[in-house]
Amino acid sequence: MVSLTNKEVQTRANKQSIRSRREYWRKLALGSLLPVLLVIVWEVAGRNGLLNPLLLPTPSIIVTEFLYLWQHGQLLKHLEVSVWRALAGFLLGGGLGLLFGVLVGFSYKTQQLLDPTFQMLRMLPHLAVAPLFILWFGFDETSKLLLIAKGSFFPLYVNAFLGIRSLDAKLFEVAKVLQFKKWNLLTKLIIPSALPHIFLGIRLSLGIAWVGLVVAEMMGSTEGIGFLINDARSMSIVATVFAGIIIFAILGKLTDALVLSIERKTLRWHNNFTGR
Amino acid sequence: MSKNTLVIENLNKVFTTPNEQVIALKNVELTVEQGEFLTVIGPSGCGKSTLLKIIAGLDVDYTGKVELDNKAIYGPSLQKGFIFQEPRLFPWLTVEKNIAGDRSLKDPTIKQQVAELIKLVKLEGFEKAYPRELSGGMAQRVSIARALLRNPAILLLDEPFGALDAFTRSHMQEVLLNIWQTNKTTMIFVTHDLDEAVFLGQRVIIMNPRPGHIKSILPIDLSFPRKRSSLGFQEMRRAVLNEFEKVEEETYTIGAGI
Repeated sequence: MVSLTNKEVQTRANKQSIRSRREYWRKLALGSLLPVLLVIVWEVAGRNGLLNPLLLPTPSIIVTEFLYLWQHGQLLKHLEVSVWRALAGFLLGGGLGLLFGVLVGFSYKTQQLLDPTFQMLRMLPHLAVAPLFILWFGFDETSKLLLIAKGSFFPLYVNAFLGIRSLDAKLFEVAKVLQFKKWNLLTKLIIPSALPHIFLGIRLSLGIAWVGLVVAEMMGSTEGIGFLINDARSMSIVATVFAGIIIFAILGKLTDALVLSIERKTLRWHNNFTGR
Repeated sequence: MSKNTLVIENLNKVFTTPNEQVIALKNVELTVEQGEFLTVIGPSGCGKSTLLKIIAGLDVDYTGKVELDNKAIYGPSLQKGFIFQEPRLFPWLTVEKNIAGDRSLKDPTIKQQVAELIKLVKLEGFEKAYPRELSGGMAQRVSIARALLRNPAILLLDEPFGALDAFTRSHMQEVLLNIWQTNKTTMIFVTHDLDEAVFLGQRVIIMNPRPGHIKSILPIDLSFPRKRSSLGFQEMRRAVLNEFEKVEEETYTIGAGI
């Protein structure tokens, strides 16, 4: 083995961190290229009268509207309600999805009992069941939470199930030879092996939670970003609609990035193709 | 009979497929004393891996007597360590956690034992490495250390160095002999490599397929460490090869009749 002095190690670490920082900016620039280009073309086209300002206001007008709403506390108020709804619905639906996915993954009998029903329910669109939820639970929070929960249930259910079933039989044989007890079998083998799938399930569930939120808030609500968008639409204030859409995009990207960074830290061992 | 003796008498194993019955092992008789190094060699389909799985307790669907320390083998136990052809490490655990497995490194005794085993298999400095950062030979040494931590009376190795290159393989053989001489663990080593069988074994078991059975047992009366270039080694190698060719001839003749 090559042994390095502390100084050499330090220099190497510095070089590496410079390289990774440069890599970070390069990645950021490449990822932003398309959206930035789009916004520039949009702005230029709008200013030259190529776009109907009533239907498609320019980015600068949208940003002004966004800042106005933000400064008057409107955006924050609606945002708070929406985030709370999405989070509660996700925790309820995603939690249950994880639980049932693990149960069905472990037992073939449970799978035969529950999976056909779940797969049928999975195919029901939000908009088809939303009227029923409103009829049963009224216009208050319950129907909204249930709608969001219904959406977030399935990605986590399917992926947790898949994660448990994708356990390598060869590693299971090792655990048998080493006489692992049930608890260790779960914590050392089954859960770590299912984690990459479960993380994917969480990300998909969060995405669907946002979709369910907008549907729920547009169906009938007096607050929340979905309401803000719907209200602005009915009064044809397109810039506000865009402001609502932008806040969804930002929040969606932020939550996804958060989960992704947790995933990276947890799954440091994971060794996959990252693309060329 | 001394402690931890493995006794196999009249062992028969049949695989049943929907269309036919295949006799995997027929009338296998074998006694292995504590501390012995046994190598098993034979063409594919001779039942050598099946025999190993039965001793390990991974396959309990057989007839006959298989006893370790006067107790029938009815399942896996920590007494019997098993090294698979592939290292089969848990990719999400570091080297030391892989070795510890279901045991906690917070226990100072376990921590100490793991550190000693890492030294024994010459992996100091890689305690915190993940399996994907290891070479094939290093990974297989981790799996050996993992088996040794359970302090097995008998170590069963199923072509453990088959996937390694020639240099790594000969190094691993030295490592294994070193462990054997230090720990006095009984070794049953399945291989398809003639040199490896003669280099490691105190006795070489030659198996014959269709139906799988023990054709002959050759004692290798050479002291350790053995030199592959020595005359004695070459003679023993030729003797095993002779038996092996007889096996192949018979197989061929039987095969020709079908």
